Amino acid sequence: MSSLIRVRRAASADLAQVIAIDARATGLAKPEYWAGILRRYGRGARHRFLVAEAGGRLLGYIVGEVRDWEFGSPPCGWVFGIGVPAELRESGVATRLLEAITQAFRRQGVTTVRTLIARDNRLVLSFFRSQGMMAAPVIPLERDIG
Amino acid sequence: MRLQKNTLLALYSMLEFAGEPAGQFSVGDLAARLKASPHHLAKVLRALGRAGLVDSVRGARGGYRFVANAKRVTLMDVIGVFEDIGARAPRRRRAHRPAEQALEQVLAEIDQTARATFGSVTLDTMLKLISRHERG
Repeated sequence: MSSLIRVRRAASADLAQVIAIDARATGLAKPEYWAGILRRYGRGARHRFLVAEAGGRLLGYIVGEVRDWEFGSPPCGWVFGIGVPAELRESGVATRLLEAITQAFRRQGVTTVRTLIARDNRLVLSFFRSQGMMAAPVIPLERDIG
Repeated sequence: MRLQKNTLLALYSMLEFAGEPAGQFSVGDLAARLKASPHHLAKVLRALGRAGLVDSVRGARGGYRFVANAKRVTLMDVIGVFEDIGARAPRRRRAHRPAEQALEQVLAEIDQTARATFGSVTLDTMLKLISRHERG
């Protein structure tokens, strides 16, 4: 399976399948959000919205960008979206997507890739851990302002 | 963060099993590898067996074998057999004074982070991490 996977930039024609993969995972379809993601991250050397496909089927997506000096942190690659249908998990799709976006980040001269995951999202946390990612030297904080 | 002796022994044992998933270990052999007391290790392995992580093989050449999925079993799954770390839900224990309540809140935050960390690292990921350390 893994050898047949091709990773490329996302295009408009992919959006419906990306929206469907995301909706199956989160229970919420977000067409406007994904259209915005394609506009902002579908092009540009520092932006990546990539999809994996094999045999004409879209297998998953990943989104990220290079961010500079956020809270004093040297430029690093940020992954802030990844999705693979449940039936394709552990088939190497997400690994290929992460490798592809990591290579793109490297070409931009960054040496660190970072992500942010909900503490209770064990599945995605475990995936990134399996890829060698460890806790970053940052602590996310929030406050209820409602 | 400190884990109990039983818990550490269980984690090291599970990593040995996961590293040789087709293997079968006698208590004595595993105890020698881990430099642990066979009596102590036998108790730990029985607990892991009751949790369905290893299976005992009876007979003269008996021992224990791995029956879990290293890509699915997390450190938390093993730790949870022996101790209840991070079970401190916010305000579970009635804290009366505001200072107690505030401290409970911070301690709960630490517990939740510990649980999330242990719950996200599988045995397979640990084996990869060990390989990285071995390579230096």
